[in-house]
Amino acid sequence: MTMDEIPFWADLLGSLLLISGSLLTLIGSLGLLRLPNLFSRMHGITLGNTLGLGCVLLASILIASIYAERFVFQEVLITLFMISTSPVTTILLMRSGIYRKRADTGKKPEAGQDTN
Amino acid sequence: MKRWPSLTLFTVILFALWLLLNDSLAPGQLLLGLILTVVITASTAAIRPLRAHPHHLLTALGLFFVVLIDIIRSNIAVAGIILGPAKRRFSSGFMKIPLDLRDPYGLAALACIITATPGTVWAGLSPDGGTLTIHVLDLQDEGAWVRTIKQRYERRLMEIFE
Amino acid sequence: MNGMLPWAISFALIAVALAMIFAAIRLLRGPAAEDRVLALDTLYVNSMIMVLTLGIQFGSRFYFDIALLIALFGFVGSAAIAKFLLRGEVIEP
Repeated sequence: MTMDEIPFWADLLGSLLLISGSLLTLIGSLGLLRLPNLFSRMHGITLGNTLGLGCVLLASILIASIYAERFVFQEVLITLFMISTSPVTTILLMRSGIYRKRADTGKKPEAGQDTN
Repeated sequence: MKRWPSLTLFTVILFALWLLLNDSLAPGQLLLGLILTVVITASTAAIRPLRAHPHHLLTALGLFFVVLIDIIRSNIAVAGIILGPAKRRFSSGFMKIPLDLRDPYGLAALACIITATPGTVWAGLSPDGGTLTIHVLDLQDEGAWVRTIKQRYERRLMEIFE
Repeated sequence: MNGMLPWAISFALIAVALAMIFAAIRLLRGPAAEDRVLALDTLYVNSMIMVLTLGIQFGSRFYFDIALLIALFGFVGSAAIAKFLLRGEVIEP
């Protein structure tokens, strides 16, 4: 089956998922530039890691299943892997940021004073 | 043979992953996957630190959907903050939450849930395990965050793991 | 009315490319080392999304394997650098 023979509902659903996923990724990366400090920037990239990637994976499952005319769900592997690994990197970076901030200022950063 | 039940679950998950990765149910793949998973499970049994005791699988399913809904909701909220006016982008900060959960697997699951939800990042646990520090992007109402984490996640995780 | 998908794919590719440019700017500017690692992390996730989108466009399953490999190596890379920043050593004795 080629791209011209995709049924209308799959065309619509796949397009919606792709557009929303890529927009969320774009907004998350925009957060890297717009948010004021390291700790807030970490929240921005979670957007692309969770729902942005999830929407694109769903679109990929949908279109691949229609091409192959059976249910292909290998993309679940990437989902499982990202769910279990992306928090690890974020938490390590968070702790490293806190540690360095404490080494710089001599005390633990508290709420309200972490603007640079 | 006290370890038998958790080993079986681990083997089944590995076997399913192998078949999914190869995307086939051919007899050769079944045999190879069976040999690999049994060998891997037996050889890594000694370095798995602790046994988990998950029960109430229905609660776990409920928790999964709660987390899914929260991820979708807070994705939209964080996107609004990033695109919104500058005032809201500067209201981030650390906050502390008293914690009753003690099971290490439960704490690991809580860390994954909190970090995977946009808007909150796990920032550390006090040495006695009683106080959790998180970083919140939109720190306006601390009580609401404490209620969310304690009632939506911690209560269910304690049911599952303790 | 059929045929929205090629447009959606083009839109997604442009949006993800723009997101990669933003991450690259943060990678070059980033005041702290943590900012740069964060930008690298974003870059690999974005490139994975781009490869998956290309896979939809060309209808080939090989792109899935590439995306899985990017996920594996990207995680190992950023986790190793983050661990190095935290402890000054990647594999501790």
